[in-house]
Amino acid sequence: MEGSRIPILKVGRVLIVPIQVDMDDQTVMHLQERILSELERTGARGVLIDISLLEMVDSFIGRVLSDIAAMARIMDARTVVVGMQPAVAITLVELGLELRGVDTVLNVDEGIKLLRDEFAVRDDEIGQVELNAFDGEQVNRA
Amino acid sequence: MESKSIALESEHDIAVARNEVRAMAVRIGFRIVDQTRLATVTSELARNIIKYAKRGRMIAQPMHNAQGQSGLRLIFEDTGPGIPDIEAAMRDGFTTGGGLGKGLPGSKRLVDEFKIESALGRGTRIMVARWL
Repeated sequence: MEGSRIPILKVGRVLIVPIQVDMDDQTVMHLQERILSELERTGARGVLIDISLLEMVDSFIGRVLSDIAAMARIMDARTVVVGMQPAVAITLVELGLELRGVDTVLNVDEGIKLLRDEFAVRDDEIGQVELNAFDGEQVNRA
Repeated sequence: MESKSIALESEHDIAVARNEVRAMAVRIGFRIVDQTRLATVTSELARNIIKYAKRGRMIAQPMHNAQGQSGLRLIFEDTGPGIPDIEAAMRDGFTTGGGLGKGLPGSKRLVDEFKIESALGRGTRIMVARWL
């Protein structure tokens, strides 16, 4: 399955979804289904979607991100989208997309902070060890 | 640089088209924001073709004007049902396809030139262009 190429990492009670490929529509829909079934399976409280490598967000992907946030919310989980490239943000605004219901922050660090502070996902629910490993990857990429 | 025609026959071709457009935009010398605008416009307009007309094609043409300025013209054409009310379709929030209604008006904001022709039962042709 095309969509399976995007990993969904469970770190404590947060699902981390690093999108690292250009997604066709089917991949996007498949990813949405997988995130929701992982939420159900794991009882995760937060979803952190890293789009720092995504070169474009059109109205279709934008709507799916909003849908994921809305559906996750119903399943008592909060969604945060991190790492949007400046060019993608500019284009989104010109396109007139609002990403309704989606919280966006600059990087994974801020995303974890937001999930922790505002959504009351505790540190021990996030899992400090794995989180540090992920930080390292972020630094190398930048 | 030569023009390129890409058949739009499945959802996967939307991704093919926008990757091709981005690659051409890079070669022409567009900066990252314009590359992103052109790729996004391609995604929106190619998806409209798949959604409403089932199939069609995109033609990407590098161009130069008399002042030596470079640009990229994209033509999206299909022989689908056509757009009954273009004026309504160009309004933000108007949709007949269950989407957000951002496709056409949003796309227009991302380019320098936008021309739309449509005939009911015969198809739609949209030309967009962005100058360097």
